[in-house]
Amino acid sequence: MTIENSEKPVDLKALKRKDKAAFAKLVDQNSEHIYRLGLKMLGNPQDAEDVLQETFIKVFNNIDGFEGRSKLSTWLYRIAVNEALMLLRKRKAGITQIDEGLELENGDILPRQIIDWCCLPEKELMSSESRQYIQEAVQTLSDANRAAFLLRDVEGLSTRETAAVLDISESAVKVRLMRARLQLREELTHFFANRIVRESL
Amino acid sequence: MTHQHSSNCKNILQNLSAYIDGDLDQAFCKDIEAHLASCTNCQIVVNTLKKTIHLYQSDGRDTHLPTEVRHRLFSRLELDDYVTRDQKSGQD
Repeated sequence: MTIENSEKPVDLKALKRKDKAAFAKLVDQNSEHIYRLGLKMLGNPQDAEDVLQETFIKVFNNIDGFEGRSKLSTWLYRIAVNEALMLLRKRKAGITQIDEGLELENGDILPRQIIDWCCLPEKELMSSESRQYIQEAVQTLSDANRAAFLLRDVEGLSTRETAAVLDISESAVKVRLMRARLQLREELTHFFANRIVRESL
Repeated sequence: MTHQHSSNCKNILQNLSAYIDGDLDQAFCKDIEAHLASCTNCQIVVNTLKKTIHLYQSDGRDTHLPTEVRHRLFSRLELDDYVTRDQKSGQD
């Protein structure tokens, strides 16, 4: 699902000349990815649209400074993540965020609920009610863990690309990803366990 | 149902994310697979963890850029002349 997978890359020289056709192509190749990332980071369409617009305005205004040391898509994601984090900081001004408590004192994280809900039919797993819960559950992650999870597991970036976007080490990406995945597994287990109980009644 | 993990389970569970990604060396993978073959609880955790990731990937694939959002983006970027270009399928 990653950016630029199947399409011809946009000509960087044309972008630097502020060629509008090249820029329109860049927007069309990348806007769905950036919108989706914004939507899942922020949880509402209006904020996602703000992130989308601000990202491409910044790309357009700063393309001269892009030196090509990273992939263009990495740069785009980095701008988008920073825009999303800035909006989240504004939204949470004065609120201290605490990671939800799967973590032990020594920093380990362990699964707590052991219920096999994989047996539920696909139509139950992807019902509109389930999907709403799935989308809300990702908002319970810390901003840092959510960004790592969305880039790796939803956008399909490699660990290295995710590290470059977030400007952290690859091992830090792996830790954040593990925490996010395990926390989401707990959240979904809680939700789908109730569905299993409901079906058995 | 909640679960108290044995020390062997703990070692496995802390590496499950890396295991799913194929980031562990072959010897450790074999250890994990041997443990999974005999531990139903850990099997459930692996399966539900994989399913969790799969559900988020499915949800992501179904998330598209609404046409009106694309139009407003092109307008904001003063690219209105290019908004009628071919769009990818699935955008609605």
